[in-house]
Amino acid sequence: MPKVSTMSLTDEEIRYLRDAIAREPNSVELSMVSAEWSEHCSYKSSKPYLKIFSTEGRYVLVGPGYDAGVLDIGDGMLLTVHIESHNHPSAVEPYGGAATGIGGVIRDILSMGSRPIALLNALRFGDIRHDNHARWLFKNVVRGIADYGNCIGVPTVAGEVEFDDSFTNYCLVDVACIGIARRDRLVMLKGDADDLIVVAGNRTGRDGIHGASFASRAFEGEEEDRSAVQIPDPFMGKLLIDATMECVEKGCVKAIKDLGGGGLACCLSETADRLGKGMLVMLDALHVRESMSAEEMMISESQERMLYIVEPSRLEEFKAIMDKYEIPYSVLGRLTDDGYLSIYHDGKQVARIKASIVANAPIARRNAIKPPYIEEIAANSRKPEMPEYEDVAEIILELLADPSIASKEWVYRQYDHEVGLRTVVKPGYADASVLRIGLRHDRDDEDADGKYRYIAVKVDGNSKHCYIDPYNGSMGCFSEACRNVACVGAEPIAMVDHLQFGSPEDEHVFWTFIESVRGLADYGRYMKIPCVGGKVSFYNETRQGAIKPTPLVCVVGLVGDGSMVMKGHAGDGDMLMIIGLTKDEMGGSEYYEYIHSTLSADVPKVDLEYDKHARDAVLALVRSGLLTSVHDCSKGGLAVAIAEMCIASGIGARVELSNVPHTCTRLDDLLFSESHSRFLVSLRRDYLDAVNRVLADYPVHKAVIGAFNSDSDSLLLEYKGSSISISMDSMLDAYSSIARLMGHGG
Amino acid sequence: MPIRIGIVVFPGSNCDRDIYHILKNIMRVDAEFIWHKRDDLNAYYDAMIIPGGFAYADRLRAGVIAAFSPVMQVVKRLARDGMPVLGICNGFQILVESGLLPGAFMRNDSLTFICRWTRLRLDVDGSRTPFTLLLDKGSIINIPVANQEGKYYVDEDTLREMERNEQIVFRYEDNPNGSLYDIGGVCNEEGNVLGMMPHPERACEIILAPQHMSNSILHGYGDGIMIFRSLISYLYAKGEHHEPYR
Repeated sequence: MPKVSTMSLTDEEIRYLRDAIAREPNSVELSMVSAEWSEHCSYKSSKPYLKIFSTEGRYVLVGPGYDAGVLDIGDGMLLTVHIESHNHPSAVEPYGGAATGIGGVIRDILSMGSRPIALLNALRFGDIRHDNHARWLFKNVVRGIADYGNCIGVPTVAGEVEFDDSFTNYCLVDVACIGIARRDRLVMLKGDADDLIVVAGNRTGRDGIHGASFASRAFEGEEEDRSAVQIPDPFMGKLLIDATMECVEKGCVKAIKDLGGGGLACCLSETADRLGKGMLVMLDALHVRESMSAEEMMISESQERMLYIVEPSRLEEFKAIMDKYEIPYSVLGRLTDDGYLSIYHDGKQVARIKASIVANAPIARRNAIKPPYIEEIAANSRKPEMPEYEDVAEIILELLADPSIASKEWVYRQYDHEVGLRTVVKPGYADASVLRIGLRHDRDDEDADGKYRYIAVKVDGNSKHCYIDPYNGSMGCFSEACRNVACVGAEPIAMVDHLQFGSPEDEHVFWTFIESVRGLADYGRYMKIPCVGGKVSFYNETRQGAIKPTPLVCVVGLVGDGSMVMKGHAGDGDMLMIIGLTKDEMGGSEYYEYIHSTLSADVPKVDLEYDKHARDAVLALVRSGLLTSVHDCSKGGLAVAIAEMCIASGIGARVELSNVPHTCTRLDDLLFSESHSRFLVSLRRDYLDAVNRVLADYPVHKAVIGAFNSDSDSLLLEYKGSSISISMDSMLDAYSSIARLMGHGG
Repeated sequence: MPIRIGIVVFPGSNCDRDIYHILKNIMRVDAEFIWHKRDDLNAYYDAMIIPGGFAYADRLRAGVIAAFSPVMQVVKRLARDGMPVLGICNGFQILVESGLLPGAFMRNDSLTFICRWTRLRLDVDGSRTPFTLLLDKGSIINIPVANQEGKYYVDEDTLREMERNEQIVFRYEDNPNGSLYDIGGVCNEEGNVLGMMPHPERACEIILAPQHMSNSILHGYGDGIMIFRSLISYLYAKGEHHEPYR
């Protein structure tokens, strides 16, 4: 039988606990506390710093601190949004780890009484070109997400994938979920004394024991860690969605809570603490798969389980729903007024401890010191040799084949991205995906013949930028996600973040964490885009050390009306215009790192005022209907962005590079700089005057730099009288490198 | 009496609400969900649709557990009595496992799930099934597939017999998964039961179709609408009872 350990509690924490309860904790209490006080569940290192996020906004109904953020978008409809990672489990068992990650984030959305309607994924691996293990992880993570998401009928609509050596022998698997609720049926935690505590879903077993503690230390990659990985059961996940939604429609539950990291221990203590209640819990009533000790039952992380608070008078109704779906459940006990978690097993009281103590870990004070590598990079930054002019075409093709840039079609083809009849802009067609909401079953009043509404979603990250400059890099990720939703015509209305770092006990890592939070918070405050939720994941370390800092930003945008959704591509004769300024900011660029293996300090910086003007300008253009397509300029720079537009539109183009507004001194900087706040737009020739009139209101750089041409089967880049020609076929071929690497069948 | 179409729901069905949306909000006919445990159905319904999804999570084999459910025993009887029955994706697999349609399914050639738009050609006269009535033989519809075990297979003799009987209703122009003879949809001998792998409900509304993925004559609708319009036209033509829902 696995030994219940208290290894994750420090001596100081044990002393704190002893003082708080004024006696020695027993073993069950210790294991409950050590699960809940793990970094993963308690945020004990990060909590004080997360307070600097701006969390209020026009659309915010519920901000951070709940299972999901809630946005009120009018017409009686609410959106919920949440993000989760499953890094450690996926690194050991990619298929199960990724699949259970989906299950977990879905249940967080369910916890608010909202129906999950879309998933996003953000994935990070080592070098799949040379590393078999990285390919194995990639293939099975994608398969895990596909099998779970497809099975439960929630479309996976958007995402991003990045490859970097700092993820060798490891991976980052992030999944975000969007839900929709009717305003009159949002389930907030409610509960009164004598209300019943019910656990429904899978039987509890020994899988995932110590999952939260596992995620709260560095990853050793030991075979024995597999027991800390849970087993996915998408079928039960799907039944729980249907049953929970039926409970919500009938209004027969007062609170819903996911059993996730830390199992019952965390779920019960957090629910009781939030309600300001106590709980009387009979563990013998729990439906289990095998004979288990009280400790094991409390901390097992068996998947596909939910907790419901049910008024006794509604229990029969609740049971009827669970019976309809043949979901096993057990009435574990009831709420009390005393604030204590009183746990009984085998006729004996095995724990009695105040929920508020368990649920509120003492804050861990961490030191933060700027890591020396940042200064070293600054001191050693030098520009690589300027490539020969005739080699530039080859470099562009290499970048198009860089897995971090190349088409992710191999990934999204495996995801059902259309189920639900909402996916208006599908993966591969634009920079963000657009979902339709306001179907009859989304509304308070089903008969209201209201118009559909459209939301855009995107998640972005850039570990290369954030490693060299966590403040500016993080801000850049936020800016990029906002640009991407603007490209489809949406105004960003909220974000959730996921902050992924090495050990917070490492003062250098912790400094990067604080800088990253600062970058995101400063951007959010300036742009008035509230943070409505998020997660922090520390201890992303392997034997080679910490991963590069990887904050992710998931942005939700609102499109006024279906006719304003940008959904198109450049046509024959369309002009190509650039908005924004290209600067010599080569640090962390794919060009420096992928082509030249060079680290350089000058990471692109966001000029907040300029960024807002550029985004607003593009939004104004999209909403005026004057454009045929829009594309954000980011990884791989201008050259890659133009090539991507040609590929997406299936049409060649001729571009005069000297027309691009820039402050660069070299051609390679101009082509490959990843400066923020830049957009490429295509427009019909006869709309140019109108476009210029719209742009006159915005103090941003703009220039027509070329035109698309369906007669041409190549991209022609001209510069000071010479030209670089790249054939469409070679671009397409380069851009499909992932499918080639992973094989037809993956 | 309005036209009333039953949507069979199994644990794990996940396109049931999508079909409901199309029938109710786009076609404006009455639609009701039918839980898999019901065995008391009768001619109260004018047609049955078995939607896509993962009934019983495809355990054992896609569609096989659902085929033994109480509701399918009734659907079999109603189908024999001539009721139009449409199985989409997983619904097709269930019809095959129930013995209502010939053939079997295997994993896609890619061994992965595939979600993409395809071009599907009607290979029989439109009048062959209630669901194709308004389409001309040889016409092509743009429609997406989303499946993992979507590769249709049937033995040589049966294939020839099916061809002779005009049971091979739809064939892919761009076979996505290695289906034998590019088969995308088949009907029974009588023609009232149709199974198709692609999802017509996902191709009904133009806003959900990628650019250039719809025949322009449909004025704001996607090609998939023709499947549902055909069914409704068929029911009107046949029935004494029917009037528009709204």
